[in-house]
Amino acid sequence: MLATLFKFRGGIKPDAHKDESTRTPIAAAPLPARLVVPLRQNAGSAPLALVGPGQKVLKGERIGAPEGNFSAAVHAPTSGTVLAVEPRMLPHPSALSAPCVVIESDGEERWIERTPVDYAAESPDALRDRLRDAGIVGLGGATFPSHIKLQPGAAGRIGTLVINGAECEPWITCDDMLMRERAAGIVRGIGILRHIVSAERVLVGIEDNKPQAIAALRAAAAQAHGIEVVPVPTRYPAGGEKQLIRVLTGIEIPYGRLGTEFGVQCFNVGTAYATHRAIELGEPLVSRIVTLAGNVARPGNWEVPIGTPIDALLELAAPQAGTDRYIMGGPMMGFTLPRTDLPVTKAANCILAASPALFPPQGPEMPCIRCGACTHACPAELQPHELYWFARAKNFGKAQEYHIFDCIECGCCAYVCPSNIRLVDYYRFAKTSMRALEREKAAADAARERFEFRNVRSEREAKEKAERLAAKTAAARQAMAGGGQPAGTTPSVPAAPTTTAEAAAPLPQLDEAKRALIAAAIERARAQKEAVQPKNIDNLAPEKRAEIREIEARRAQVRELAKTPPEEPV
Amino acid sequence: MNGSPHLHLPVSVRLVMFKVLAALVPGIAVYVWFFGAAILVQIALASAAALAAEAALLRLRGKPVALFLTDGSALVTAWLIALTFPPIAPWWLTVTATLFAIVVAKHLYGGLGQNPFNPAMVAFCVSIVAFPALMTQWPAVGFTDFSAQMAVVFKSQSAQDAVTMATPLDALRTQLHVPEARATVAGILGSHASFGNIGGKGWEWIALAYLAGGLWLLQQRIITWHVPAAFLVTLALIAGGFSLGEPDRFAGPVFHIVTGGAMLGAFFILTDPVSGATTPRGKLIFAAGAALLTWIIRSFGAYPDGMAFAVLLMNLCVPLIDMNTQPPVFGRKAQQREKPHD
Ligand code: SF4
Ligand code: SF4
Repeated sequence: MLATLFKFRGGIKPDAHKDESTRTPIAAAPLPARLVVPLRQNAGSAPLALVGPGQKVLKGERIGAPEGNFSAAVHAPTSGTVLAVEPRMLPHPSALSAPCVVIESDGEERWIERTPVDYAAESPDALRDRLRDAGIVGLGGATFPSHIKLQPGAAGRIGTLVINGAECEPWITCDDMLMRERAAGIVRGIGILRHIVSAERVLVGIEDNKPQAIAALRAAAAQAHGIEVVPVPTRYPAGGEKQLIRVLTGIEIPYGRLGTEFGVQCFNVGTAYATHRAIELGEPLVSRIVTLAGNVARPGNWEVPIGTPIDALLELAAPQAGTDRYIMGGPMMGFTLPRTDLPVTKAANCILAASPALFPPQGPEMPCIRCGACTHACPAELQPHELYWFARAKNFGKAQEYHIFDCIECGCCAYVCPSNIRLVDYYRFAKTSMRALEREKAAADAARERFEFRNVRSEREAKEKAERLAAKTAAARQAMAGGGQPAGTTPSVPAAPTTTAEAAAPLPQLDEAKRALIAAAIERARAQKEAVQPKNIDNLAPEKRAEIREIEARRAQVRELAKTPPEEPV
Repeated sequence: MNGSPHLHLPVSVRLVMFKVLAALVPGIAVYVWFFGAAILVQIALASAAALAAEAALLRLRGKPVALFLTDGSALVTAWLIALTFPPIAPWWLTVTATLFAIVVAKHLYGGLGQNPFNPAMVAFCVSIVAFPALMTQWPAVGFTDFSAQMAVVFKSQSAQDAVTMATPLDALRTQLHVPEARATVAGILGSHASFGNIGGKGWEWIALAYLAGGLWLLQQRIITWHVPAAFLVTLALIAGGFSLGEPDRFAGPVFHIVTGGAMLGAFFILTDPVSGATTPRGKLIFAAGAALLTWIIRSFGAYPDGMAFAVLLMNLCVPLIDMNTQPPVFGRKAQQREKPHD
């Protein structure tokens, strides 16, 4: 059956620059003396360290255990000794630091015992667990744990599997080369993924500027039935997960929804290949293909152990004079590396040496002239200039109303803008601010609830106290009145003292009721004060400070998550 | 900040504006052919005034003068003023109107990108209200002698009847408005020297040249089809409908389209991105509204051409139009919303 192609709106056609790095086959990068393996290399929660300093590890040994289900394991990329488990700077736009396992390699590459399995004999659940424990995450750049994406959604079965070989970002060719050279492994991996979700249909989308990859994959898929290799028109971002699903199936998955809900799921070709290695060879994910390109003498693709320092890797490509910075990822969605002594992670699909000649600096930002070029280019079908206006004015409510969170930060709008407006920067700023506000609001809500609860309680307590007192007073008065009555009836007791007692007794008791009310008011005020300024007091306590640090860390994680939506734009 | 994307198309506001200017050139050439070189003088006057005002205002507002002065936006405004004003308008009128457009209609609203009204059309409307006689004084067909034209422009030598005449639209309107004349459209068009084959003499060719320039802008993706198509089709439909019903009182669609500012408006004025609607549906509504208003003002109003007023009125509606015509975003279209729930 021939797949009918659908279209996605918008998009751009920048120069592909794919030839430079596809002239030589994938080469194995040399093993560095020291590797820095970040524990968290997946979207979701950070794995827990399983090793400590001084410990010997084998290649493929688990060094980080998945924390909860939304996580994936991390493994030693080679055999050697753990030197430290400590925070190190990550390749991240905001130069985040996070716990990493530093391993000194012994150069022997001794593998841990590998246990290949026959996937056909395994249950989907067992295979999903295996993938999690083998550290398989989306290798298109989003590092979303694959086993999560393989869970059947509310809509039931995943009928269609979309395999993403589009690789639409200019310069990046790691998937292209992988498809050319290891098509058989990719097809076997696809078979496993299909088996897990029992999908009927598999559509492999490859941009039509990669004829060799298409031919190689077609040849490999000829043996496996039911896998269609579909050339898709070359147009960035055809490799965005949502765009590719749209092109191949016609289904549009809105922001905040999972493909699973629509019976379709998407995996990168690199992820499929890693799946094959994990299940059929028993090799966890300890290396990936990285494209080195841009202003370098020897562009190409390398198979790189995770944790290899980027500067060591760059030596292989020989950056040329004029290189002023390095970009991780492609020129459309990648970010400038804060430094180059950072490790290669599972997300690192490409390192670009940038020079002013290759990526000329933009002219000065001009006002928006509402020309509509951005709208025309936006694959999310947003109105980027309106979003820009709202983001700039910090009118976040309006920005949200105009669906700013549907923006996939593909950069098409900024690419075409004649006013040189760094539109995506504005959206990132707005999204980050909104998320921060959201969290603050949640915290404030919780504080208010606490405060209101305390208020209600202290009011109730004060009321009860006052009631008790009033009851006491009444009882005392009654007792007194009751005492007076018999006294009155007793002719032997003179009447005069009774009246004085009656007149005098209520006075001090009234005072006491008043005092109770005042005490209640004071208590209320204290409670109020306590609830209003908990931060100032709490900040002083060391354990609270630790708690705040933890919250900060969680925030950073949320930010991180926000940076890597569950998509694999390539 | 080195945020993504790191790649950019080599485009600029300057490039956009200069393409618009280039697209006006064929129209200007035909204009010169039919009405003499005075229009070139007017364009030069308006350009100089616009650049001077722009430079002064940019300095006053503390903006980078060189950057904004060369963006071409002031020139576009200047050229549109020159092209909508009579070519033999006194020099001071052109200059004052241009200054007004740049200072008041553009910079007082915040400069490039901020003006809610088309500055050239503001200048036109203010001038026609203030100086109705001067603004309706057009050179007669055949009055193309340059020095004679310059005498009118610079020496404020009052224009003689021999050298000026009403525009085709004006002629049609005034004669139809005199009830005792019992004039009919066909009669007027046949009798008057200013009417050509299908529109005003000469004007029909200028309109065709504007059309050519506009189509080039379309091909260059500087403008989209929505505004010109909606404007011209709406104008044709209304004019066509009424002239079918009462051919004696209402001019036909072709006449409306090739006369006055219709073609210039459709491709160069209504398409001004800053003061126009931006959504596809919004553009259709915006342009159709402008066409309707143009026709109404032309047919029943006191001014010869309704284009300028129609543009300003529709500029006023833009925020409302844009707000209510936001297209659905990816994955949030109606047919999609049902899907996940079935
Ligand atoms: S492309 Fe730039 S100038 Fe044009 S509308 Fe969009 S943001 Fe404004
Ligand atoms: S970055 Fe966002 S707004 Fe800009 S084109 Fe991409 S999806 Fe649209």
